[in-house]
Amino acid sequence: MPELIKFVPLLPLLGFLTLGIFGKKIASEKLIGIIATSTVAISFLIALSIFFNLAGDTTAKPHIINLFNWFGAGDFTLDFAYQVDRLSIIFVLIITGIGSLIHIYSIGYMHGDRSFYRFFAYLNLFIFMMLNLVLGSNFLVTFLGWEGVGLASYLLIGFWYDRKFDGFHITWTGDAANKAFIVNRIGDFGMLVAIFLIYMNFGTLEYIEVSNIVAGDISLYDTGLITAIALLIFLGCTGKSAQIPLAGWLPDAMAGPTSVSALIHAATMVTAGIFLIARNSVIFASAPDAMMVVAIIGAATALLAASIGLVQNDIKKVLAYSTVSQLGFMFAALGSGAWIAAIFHVMTHAFFKGLLFLGSGSVIHGMHEEQDIKKMGGLKKHMPTTYKTFLVGTIAISGIPFFSGFFSKDEILWKSYVSGGWFLWITLAVAAFFTAFYMFRLLYLTFHGKERFDADHVHPHESPKSMTVPLIVLAVLSALGGFIGIPYALGYFFSDHPNLLENFLSPVFAQADHILGVAEGHHVHAIEYILMAVSTVVAIIAILLARSIYKQDENWTKAKSLSKNFGFAYKVLWNKWYLDNFYYGVFVTPIFITSRDFLWKIFDLNIVDGAVNGAGNLTTAIGKGVRRLQSGVAQTYAAVMMLGILILIGYMIF
Amino acid sequence: MTILIATLIIPLIGAFGVLFLNKDNRKLIEMFSLGTSIVAFLVSLGLYFSFNSNAEGFQFVTDVTWIPAIDAGFRVGLDGMSLLMVMLTTFMTPIALLSSINSINKRHKEYYFMFLMLQFGMLGVFISLDLFLFYIFWEIILIPMYFIIGIWGGKDRIYAAVKFFIYTIVGSLFMLVAIVWLGLHVGGDVLSLPTGFTSDYLLIKQHSAAIAPDVQNWLFIAFALSFLIKVPLFPLHTWLPDAHTMAPTPGSVILAGVLLKMGTYGLIRFNLELFPVSSIDWAGTISFLAVVGIIYGALVALVQTDVKKIIAYSSVAHLGFVVLGIFAMNEMGIQGAIIQMVNHGLSTGALFICVGVIYERRHTREISEFGGLARVMPVYTIFFGIAMFASVGLPGLNGFIGEFLTLLGAFTSTVLDNIWYAIVATTGVIFAACYLLWMFGRIMFGALSNKENQGLSDLNKTEWAMLVPLLIFIVWLGVYPNTFMSKSETSTKQLVKEIEQVELDLNNGTINMEPKKN
Repeated sequence: MPELIKFVPLLPLLGFLTLGIFGKKIASEKLIGIIATSTVAISFLIALSIFFNLAGDTTAKPHIINLFNWFGAGDFTLDFAYQVDRLSIIFVLIITGIGSLIHIYSIGYMHGDRSFYRFFAYLNLFIFMMLNLVLGSNFLVTFLGWEGVGLASYLLIGFWYDRKFDGFHITWTGDAANKAFIVNRIGDFGMLVAIFLIYMNFGTLEYIEVSNIVAGDISLYDTGLITAIALLIFLGCTGKSAQIPLAGWLPDAMAGPTSVSALIHAATMVTAGIFLIARNSVIFASAPDAMMVVAIIGAATALLAASIGLVQNDIKKVLAYSTVSQLGFMFAALGSGAWIAAIFHVMTHAFFKGLLFLGSGSVIHGMHEEQDIKKMGGLKKHMPTTYKTFLVGTIAISGIPFFSGFFSKDEILWKSYVSGGWFLWITLAVAAFFTAFYMFRLLYLTFHGKERFDADHVHPHESPKSMTVPLIVLAVLSALGGFIGIPYALGYFFSDHPNLLENFLSPVFAQADHILGVAEGHHVHAIEYILMAVSTVVAIIAILLARSIYKQDENWTKAKSLSKNFGFAYKVLWNKWYLDNFYYGVFVTPIFITSRDFLWKIFDLNIVDGAVNGAGNLTTAIGKGVRRLQSGVAQTYAAVMMLGILILIGYMIF
Repeated sequence: MTILIATLIIPLIGAFGVLFLNKDNRKLIEMFSLGTSIVAFLVSLGLYFSFNSNAEGFQFVTDVTWIPAIDAGFRVGLDGMSLLMVMLTTFMTPIALLSSINSINKRHKEYYFMFLMLQFGMLGVFISLDLFLFYIFWEIILIPMYFIIGIWGGKDRIYAAVKFFIYTIVGSLFMLVAIVWLGLHVGGDVLSLPTGFTSDYLLIKQHSAAIAPDVQNWLFIAFALSFLIKVPLFPLHTWLPDAHTMAPTPGSVILAGVLLKMGTYGLIRFNLELFPVSSIDWAGTISFLAVVGIIYGALVALVQTDVKKIIAYSSVAHLGFVVLGIFAMNEMGIQGAIIQMVNHGLSTGALFICVGVIYERRHTREISEFGGLARVMPVYTIFFGIAMFASVGLPGLNGFIGEFLTLLGAFTSTVLDNIWYAIVATTGVIFAACYLLWMFGRIMFGALSNKENQGLSDLNKTEWAMLVPLLIFIVWLGVYPNTFMSKSETSTKQLVKEIEQVELDLNNGTINMEPKKN
């Protein structure tokens, strides 16, 4: 059964090739949509059957499916192989499942676009690469997928290549695409060096072998080495998953079509970093310092991004900062050793953030490409389905019991308290408070209150079925999806193992948990209930606050006075903590100026070329002098020749 | 006559054939030359398929005495590395000739004669097993290339051609001195041949490793200087941007695609094989310069405004990876370097053709003149994009394989024994993305605001014919490089075994690195 996995990436690849090569000749949007969607949907069904097969196998043994020998030299040889295990299959299901829904949605969303086929070709390419990323049995197949999704992301961010997009040093969507790719490359540098160090020290790049070596006799290796490898891998993750210090590209990635933002920049690609750390949990568990860095960066990003989200007015940018923040939660979980909680949050986040992005796409679609929530309002009655589903997503992300986000977020908060103490918990709780606030602010400004758009020109309308059906499916998942991960504290009275996801995934992390010394079994702690209650109350307060400022106060007097009274804080948040300014001022501009004004104009053109041309001129001058010797008189030549021979002979003798 | 000699002389026959054609019949001259190069390619396929990848040593060997007085022979043969270089040459030449149809508009007869002579010379360089013969071929190339830049080139073509000529000739004169010394030493001092001289590569190789280290050192420098100028290694690179910018498109294609590889080929064939002791000695210094070149080339590429200059400087960076791999002196490094030589030829060749496409249409290469071309030239955008990402080193395309292996080689190299070369070199992947993506974005994306660009036509049939074969191999080498890497595996293994032996001897003190005391 697991051998069937090869068809899972193969189908989207075929879809990509078909649409990429022949797509232009296919006139029917419907046919293009069907080709693209069916490849992903069939892959989902295959993956689902493999999932049940794996779930039935109590040994939970990973399967390695070898496709071909990719390349090698000397002792180094590398197979293009897939690792089918409980971890990868969960991600495959998310990718192809959410992927199918978003493909369907895009048929409606991209309707009438000049390059309809190109869009779906790219989308299929993305799915193919993302599947390679999570299925790879070694670092390099993952790296292929890792770079491949970066490529797809680049192509899709810049999909509307001749549209303007406003950002820091960004004028066109293409600039945003470049930024995404280049910032990611900085992370890739870290990942590549990690890969080299791993091969150098362990002699293999296969995940299972590396894990076994590290879990084996770790005393053979320097802790510094393991920590360095872990941190370098994490550098790669901060790129792909938009964490500090490489977070800046994700909000600008919103230049792409909204369904892309939902699929790539919320539900799947940006969670690649979480996958990679989970896949290498053994390495991280063996490097406590690195774990601490991951937790701190995660929590800091969660808080920082959430705070920026408070003041954004672009519906997609709010969601983008929210995504960065939620990814921060996941890294905080990983850093706390709560691997399964992180993956649980990947999953619920895929549901509700996918839903919210698609909902925002529906709004943008209905509002004729308007994205500024200050120019919206009152859309509730024009777009009832979008509103209801968006509301579900908003409740879910805010952490209201018993929607999906509640379960996963609370598990992260609890685990981070256990391993990181109060400080980590409070940071994340404040971030959660901000989250509930900016999400309800978004909801109220968009769907409630006065209609602030120009009703003569803009006629908001509900989106077609192809768009609303995926919204409904995702809304159901966002509402109920959390029940696969019921914490022991809430479910112990009906089962000893109420957390289905944990039951399924725990064998994957057995080695890492062993290293961390996590005890088997569960206990109920009073404090867990207290924290759960506190975080729920925090969310409710945030919602009420947002309601009083943005819903009940139609003239925004409170909002205005807030931004005036906290002018400095507002300015800092509005300018995104000046992070982009910092990078430009400290790195980009100096490198550019040094390269142009010193390396090129002075060093290359003057020093090196100056020396060459100087030598040339000297030769010319000498040549002019020597020309006199070339008198054309044979006797002179003969004399000189004799002299030369005499000197040579003299040299040889002495 | 072996297939190898057939491959070699077909371009020569073609070149002289061109001389008999009517100079006004442009079409005939073009088709005849193109036909010649395609025949050469087809014949070379015979080499590829009959080459035995598992056999050690050289194949298709011919050894004919040529100048008995100095024991110089017409000695040619192939090992895995030279096979790949020969294939690269026979593959790139028809493509370059195709691009000549669009870009060469005067003195066709002379041009095609020169170009086929150039191919003859390049093939000779890659197959010579005789130092004298090698030197002749090495110098033959200078002349046609000099004229191709100097006659059919751009505005400052004379300056660029002279600079190219002087740079290269300075290097090769040192090499000539070294060849003469080696011939006298091995032919006279060691073997006491009746001629007192030999230029037989295999004979010299048997005895060169035993040359006293201090002398070997000078010989190494003489050869290396010549090759490193050709590569070009920082800081010997300044001829390249000028030569590339001024050369016509096919000149740039062949220059980047094949000519630069003569330098890296020479480093392996002569420096590593003949002087392993000195190679180990110099590995650190040269690798250092290679790493500087990777960063420096990328940074300078970043600030260029002429598309061709960007790609020219990118070659400095990319060839830096090749040199780093060579002087890692292990199997990963050298195999990576060889495949990277092929890769760079394909992807940079494709990039130069892409630049040529817009240059033919607009007669400018200034980036600021373009923008938004994706709207009018969608196919071009895709093809350019693939070549660009290959050059960036995206996994799945060819550039990644070579970069990865050379870096892995440098990381694990016992000769370099310092991972910082490789770590710093790895930052090159960031900069490569910067300059290539910025270049690509500014040409292709944004609004099509320049009126002159609005009527541009997408690729024509000739341009399709040039780019599609290159792109096929760009993908092929990225997905399944074994097809090609397996060819050079045996010869690389053999070389590395020799180097390891020398390393071992050095560590055991069997070879004394101290200069001999007089």
